[in-house]
Amino acid sequence: MPQQITVASSCPHFYRKLFQSTFLISAFTVGGGFVIIPLLRAKYVEEYGWLTDKDTLNLVSIAQSMPGVVAVNASIILGYRMAGLRGTLTALAATILPPLITLSIISCAYDWFASNPYVRYALKGMQCGATALIVNVAIDLLQKQLRKKLLFPLAIIAATFTANFIFGINLMLLILIDGILGLLFLRGSQYGK
Amino acid sequence: MIYLMLFWEFAKVGLFCVGGGYASMPLIQAAVVDTYHWMNLSEFVDIFTISQMTPGPIGINAATFAGMKIAGIPGAVCATIGFCTPSLILGILLARLFFRYGDIGPIRGILNGLRPAVVALIAAAGISFVVLALWNVETLPSDLRTIDPIGVIILAASLIAVRRKVSVIKLLAASGVAGLLLGLARQMTL
Repeated sequence: MPQQITVASSCPHFYRKLFQSTFLISAFTVGGGFVIIPLLRAKYVEEYGWLTDKDTLNLVSIAQSMPGVVAVNASIILGYRMAGLRGTLTALAATILPPLITLSIISCAYDWFASNPYVRYALKGMQCGATALIVNVAIDLLQKQLRKKLLFPLAIIAATFTANFIFGINLMLLILIDGILGLLFLRGSQYGK
Repeated sequence: MIYLMLFWEFAKVGLFCVGGGYASMPLIQAAVVDTYHWMNLSEFVDIFTISQMTPGPIGINAATFAGMKIAGIPGAVCATIGFCTPSLILGILLARLFFRYGDIGPIRGILNGLRPAVVALIAAAGISFVVLALWNVETLPSDLRTIDPIGVIILAASLIAVRRKVSVIKLLAASGVAGLLLGLARQMTL
């Protein structure tokens, strides 16, 4: 790992290199989010030496706690650290272009395919598989919260679920209320992570 | 007009989506299925499925694909840019705050309140997906015996596979093949 940190934006072909590396990482990473972060780090910190390790860890922890998609947040913040607003926009464009291109192609095929009964059968099977994935995520998250044995967060889960699922109360209103509750009552470190 | 609406709706999703890609699903579902009826739940689950399989962050994939289905490529661009706009503004703000003060304390409090909320919302979305998988309708039918045996078999098998940490791509490929075979088998016996 290079010890000397070069001023990233003064590096020759900086924007082209930034765009290229981020584009390739976004294009070939299946699953996204957290998978992308070690790859970005390997590129920017270890290969190009545009960022320090400590900076990157701090920035990624901000990216993870911000609203939005972690991979996008990370490229926005890291791009900003390296080269200000222009760095941010370059990295952001390189992150969202690959899905846009891939999905344009898939979407044409989807409309054409979806009327075919055999494709419907396969999609029905895949819907069940995807349902298992989201159920699994819900179970994992719930277990994690239960294991912490903290009353307040568990009460938030129960109340939010009831309000949304049984009474159909608007999601964003619920999120706002829970955010305010957190700001008022959950500042303590035991509630983190 | 649809483009502005897509931008605005997905900007709200981006702002309220805390905790990664899965957290955006209940929000996108609420906007495109429940509020605006741009698509039905089954089409939405297809979007979720395809977002899992294609490279790139799941939330961005879902926003792009949903925008594409609703209003073509310009729709996809508007939805995706809308989705990223709150991140862009907040990211720059927080990065500046962080470099000046080295701490984002109160924000952690807010997030500690949101994390349990997201668990509840993902669970609620999961249940609506399960109802669709088992009964092929959006809300629990009054006659529970209309349950689809194919859905039961594949969902149960997938749950076991997921708990055993089978990779996403393998799982979706296998459940697709299973759906095709079981669908064909039923077609032939009818």
